[in-house]
Amino acid sequence: MPTTEKEPLGEIIRESQLWKSVFRHPAPIDRRNRVVVMLTNFFLHLHPVSIKKQGIALSYTWCMGGVTFFLFLVETITGVLLMFYYRPTLEWAYNDILALRDATSLGILRELHRWGAHAMVITVWLHMYRVFLTGSYKPPREFNWVVGVVLLLLTLLLSFTGYLLPWDQLAIWAITVGSNMARATPFLGHEGPGHQLFSVAGIEMITSGSDARFGLLGARFVGEETLNRFYVLHCIAIPLAAAFLLAIHFWRVRKDGGISGPL
Amino acid sequence: MHSELKHITAVAPFLGSFYVVLFLLNAVMAYYLWHYRHKTAAAIFWMLIGGVYICVLSPLALSGHASMVPSMPEFIRNAADRALQGTMGAVVYSSASFLGLTFLYLGRRFFVKWWVAWSGLNLALLALGLSMTNQNFYSIAAKPDNVPIVGLVFLLGFFTWLGTAKAVENDDRAERGLPPTEKDDDEKVLVWPDLVYTELICMIVLTAVLLVWGIGLKAPLEEPASRVKTPNPSKAPWYFLGLQEMLVYYDPWMAGVVLPSVVVLGLMAIPYLDFNPRGNGYYTISQRQFSYLTFQFGFLVLWVTLIVLGTFLRGPNWNIFGPYEYWDPHKVEALNNVNLSQMFWENLLHRPLPKAPTGASGGAMALVILEREWLGIALTLGYLVLLPPIMATTVFRRFFVKMGFIRFMLMSNLMLMMMSLPIKMVLRWTFNLKYIIAIPEFFLNL
Ligand code: HEM
Repeated sequence: MPTTEKEPLGEIIRESQLWKSVFRHPAPIDRRNRVVVMLTNFFLHLHPVSIKKQGIALSYTWCMGGVTFFLFLVETITGVLLMFYYRPTLEWAYNDILALRDATSLGILRELHRWGAHAMVITVWLHMYRVFLTGSYKPPREFNWVVGVVLLLLTLLLSFTGYLLPWDQLAIWAITVGSNMARATPFLGHEGPGHQLFSVAGIEMITSGSDARFGLLGARFVGEETLNRFYVLHCIAIPLAAAFLLAIHFWRVRKDGGISGPL
Repeated sequence: MHSELKHITAVAPFLGSFYVVLFLLNAVMAYYLWHYRHKTAAAIFWMLIGGVYICVLSPLALSGHASMVPSMPEFIRNAADRALQGTMGAVVYSSASFLGLTFLYLGRRFFVKWWVAWSGLNLALLALGLSMTNQNFYSIAAKPDNVPIVGLVFLLGFFTWLGTAKAVENDDRAERGLPPTEKDDDEKVLVWPDLVYTELICMIVLTAVLLVWGIGLKAPLEEPASRVKTPNPSKAPWYFLGLQEMLVYYDPWMAGVVLPSVVVLGLMAIPYLDFNPRGNGYYTISQRQFSYLTFQFGFLVLWVTLIVLGTFLRGPNWNIFGPYEYWDPHKVEALNNVNLSQMFWENLLHRPLPKAPTGASGGAMALVILEREWLGIALTLGYLVLLPPIMATTVFRRFFVKMGFIRFMLMSNLMLMMMSLPIKMVLRWTFNLKYIIAIPEFFLNL
């Protein structure tokens, strides 16, 4: 038998047909392949190949946009897992949350989701704060700032709609206080200024059964219809909208010339 | 008294480890100073401070005797409670946050010195630890949903410090004719490995933080929802407490609908209103004073500190309580706020408010309302319609010339809307003013 040197295991794996079929590039150990990896890997192609040193300095970006995105992913994953255990009905919602606490393995699922959500609200604010302080909304990045503001709003709405789902006292009263304001929407709330303008032959069209708040809650008070509405908004509509805007946001970061820096 | 002792015994182990963490923080800082900065004297000083945490405070907390656990001296607690409770509390709190920001801004060169900031952090953490033995303080600060806000306060403090420090450094360099520090790192590096690895490490650290947080702090779950049992106080989720605070001063249509929309619109408009080309892509304060101060006022004073107020000091019946005060649901505060029209007609002219005769037609009623509220309407219109042109021709002349009519009008109106909140607050505190315009007939109170 010829005495060949044994190849290291890592090499054998990386040379295998299976590995090569998944990763379209050799190991990123030299300059060329470190470029190739960025260009050929789906997940990495969000990034440019090379970047100004300042653009990745933690003291410049605070990594807050990245952290927010990471938290969004954490929320998506833990959220899907939570959906396995939760039914949005008056009969089950509270009990399912109770069971989650008392009878489920991996007992910190709800904690991860809730603390992740709080953290995300905080990191979005910090991200906006840093973008402001570095003047990164100035041309050519004006529009990405606007996209960001909508993302901020969606983050708050995600958190707000999720707050109701445990269906405990904390939940319904926080949502009641929060949504009571909609009663007073000018023109469209039944206690809002100007709603009397919408009356036909002396009959008011904007009532507690048809105003902005009713549209939000699906009822005159926070009830089962609200739970259903908020559940759908929380698990489907808002995450989809946010994912869509995130794609635009990241794409624009690249197209607007990468992370901002002094000209 | 008995429950107070039980509470102290219960938090003591936590406090013991809390002080160990404070020791570690200072030890790391001392090591850094000694090893990398070669500042031996400073290193010894912070090591000594750390020594106090680990040799005195931590053992005392862990001693198991409630009377030995270090806690906030009574005179400080009483002073804080007296300063911050009741309607006066809102005045003190808001003035302090405003003055604080002014102070930080004017003295920023002092506050960004690392030892000033580090002392501040130590004091804040120490105050937090000492206050935890107080049952009333603890029950609010350690409520699971409030813990993130404690975190927010420290994070904001840190990042404000970081951003200011970098801005001050850049401003100094600009004075010497040098480009900002960000310019020095102009060289390009490969994203793999430099960025990808940073991201990986960030993700691992964050996952660890979330896991520890999740294991250490249970998510709250109260009694099942009941529409008949209204909790007192009923609070919106914490990030909306700034809006709920506005409800004290404005009716829901303003506090809950108009002003929030203005906030969102105003944020979106920033890039189109800020015509200053400087300060794009680096930290600076001197090169963009106006936008900097406006944003900081809106974000720190009107948004964040109102959230902190709403979370920690607003209790039953939406009264303000001192940080160490018991949240007594029976405490009532007399509200004797009056409308501007009442002040004008009743207090000044000693006449009753104009009233439409019963059965008057819509038009006649509108006229009477106009007569009754004319002063408030005139003031509001003057504020929103007359002030912008006055601003354009005087202090903001340069802005008007640069921005053009539409952009200037947008900016000035957004500014005026933002300022309407502090103005209303001050009017309430000084004159007990309830509404400037009060037209309850049409749900239009301002
Ligand atoms: C769900 C929320 C958001 C996510 C996940 C997100 C993510 C990111 C990421 C990853 C970046 C790259 C640079 C960095 O990390 O700082 C970025 C840049 C940026 N973001 Fe966001 N963002 C969010 C919300 C916002 C908000 C609220 C604003 C502003 C109101 C904003 C405005 C911007 C701008 C202008 C840039 C370009 C900054 C530069 O080039 O220096 N984003 N965002």
